Amino acid sequence: MATATKPEPTRRDFLYIATGAVGAVGAAFAAWPFIDQMNPTSAVLAMASIEADISSVQLGQQVVFKWRGHPLFVRRRTPKEIAEARAVSLSDLPDPVARNANLPDNAPATDANRGSKAEWLVLVGVCTHLGCTPTVSTPQAPQGDYGGWLCHCHGSQYDTAGRIRKGPAPQNLAVPPYSFLSDTKIKVG
Amino acid sequence: MAGHSTYVPAFGFTRWLDKRLPILRLTHDTMTTYPTPRNLNIWYTFGGILTFCLGVQIVTGVVLAMHYVPNADLAFNSVENIMRDVNYGWLIRYMHANGASMFFLAVYIHMFRGLYYGSYKEPREVLWILGVLIYLLMMATAFFGYVLPWGQMSFWGATVITSLFSALDQLIPHLGSAITSWLWGGFAVGDATLNRFFSLHYLLPFAIAGVVGLHIWALHVPGNNNPLGIDVKGPQDTVPFHPYYTVKDAFYLSLFVILFAGFVFFAPNFFGNPDNYTPANPLVTPTDIVPEWYLLPFYAMLRSVPQKLIGVLVLVGALVTLFFVPWLDTSKVRSCRFRPLMKQLFWVLALDCVMLGYVGSQGADAALNLGGMQLPLVWLARLGTAYYYGFFWVLLPLIGRIEKTKALPESIAKSVLGATGERT
Repeated sequence: MATATKPEPTRRDFLYIATGAVGAVGAAFAAWPFIDQMNPTSAVLAMASIEADISSVQLGQQVVFKWRGHPLFVRRRTPKEIAEARAVSLSDLPDPVARNANLPDNAPATDANRGSKAEWLVLVGVCTHLGCTPTVSTPQAPQGDYGGWLCHCHGSQYDTAGRIRKGPAPQNLAVPPYSFLSDTKIKVG
Repeated sequence: MAGHSTYVPAFGFTRWLDKRLPILRLTHDTMTTYPTPRNLNIWYTFGGILTFCLGVQIVTGVVLAMHYVPNADLAFNSVENIMRDVNYGWLIRYMHANGASMFFLAVYIHMFRGLYYGSYKEPREVLWILGVLIYLLMMATAFFGYVLPWGQMSFWGATVITSLFSALDQLIPHLGSAITSWLWGGFAVGDATLNRFFSLHYLLPFAIAGVVGLHIWALHVPGNNNPLGIDVKGPQDTVPFHPYYTVKDAFYLSLFVILFAGFVFFAPNFFGNPDNYTPANPLVTPTDIVPEWYLLPFYAMLRSVPQKLIGVLVLVGALVTLFFVPWLDTSKVRSCRFRPLMKQLFWVLALDCVMLGYVGSQGADAALNLGGMQLPLVWLARLGTAYYYGFFWVLLPLIGRIEKTKALPESIAKSVLGATGERT
């Protein structure tokens, strides 16, 4: 027959589609626990903050703490290192945003925005490329061209404010949420 | 090859079973009478070798899991316990660790064999795609397995590979970080990560075995390709799989096992990295971090791009490209024996992969000293990556149209037995 007309949808068609739809939604809900179980547990999330004693950190030295399974860099910068970081113009920075959890998301990456006290730099020691720990640069053992850090995995270089200057890393080293409890003690997280 | 079965049950029991579960008939048809081109060479024995490798990995792996403890505090010591105290633990672990390298060695030969003889072409596209799928599953399994000893390379390899997903942050903010945190089960690679990787490392080999079943099924429908790349035209072109190829496979398998045993007994750490005998330390990255040798070409591609997201996409794209090979090659002729241009480009590709592997094994800022001139290796990596993509996406489609191929032989039998096609 050349002019076959589509038959009217029946009650059965409706029930068929409605049942299928409910089944699909049900399957999605059933899948969620199996996906979400892989996310961090509440015990892991509860361990999210530490207090660190920084009284032993000498001028020009970096001390590494462990925070949320990652290295936490606490670097006490020399006046020269501070001056170098301040002399950089924002237009020379591949990532112009501060990446400071204590400031608004769009704060510019000036040296002042990278830490609350000029002498102290508190950073998450995770290269923003693929997560290696960058090596700190010292006058005795310079790492890279910018006096900050060099990541040996893929060659990213950071300056003395922990800002990305060269290499594949897309962002500045992250500044975690932290505050000074006293002159020698910080709370991170 | 799809055809009617010649199986005749010989005994009362097998007749009884054949009516209920024709499993002996299936075995007979696929492993005994299966008609196989009579001109298969050494490079066609690697399918059997790979099946053997999978078997070795599963058997040794099941045993290792009886002694291994997937816990961040205990994993490293439990591996040392296997090496020192478990009876023959050293042997079984060295078989497993070197078995992975042997598996990849065989799979690379198998893949390049397929490329050379055009085994991916119509009607074997699905066969090739299933093979690429097995290869990806193998890489995932090997990666999970490498993490388990919980040495420095385990830990930092896991960190770098899972962090590849964080590149997605550059597409949609926080998407990549959400995925890495979900993969890790924490803020960083840790105990939760180790446990799930162990679970998946145990699971995936069985998934591989399943896809291998499909791969063999997809092989047996059109039948084997062969070094001439021409179709089988009749019974005179084939021999039964058993005993002709069971014996040939067994012979080359025994040579392969000698090589395997040579590594296990005389150079068990040849493929390993000494840093992995240092327990994982989340605070210190080893100065030179390199993946296992079989991932080095892709690692070189990743590092050849100075932009994170694009670097990751180049790496992923190099793998995804393989799925499209059956449709990128436009030539009607399968075998490189009759494709002079393709043959040369094929060997350049093979060298290119070796070169990329070398570059991947060197430091990020290494350079080649050419008579006083420094050539940064990253430029070699860029050249190599460009050729890899160029070969598949430009040359392969193009040369199929412009290449003047040689005349194909009339049939496999005539090529093997002389002009008459009769045994003399």
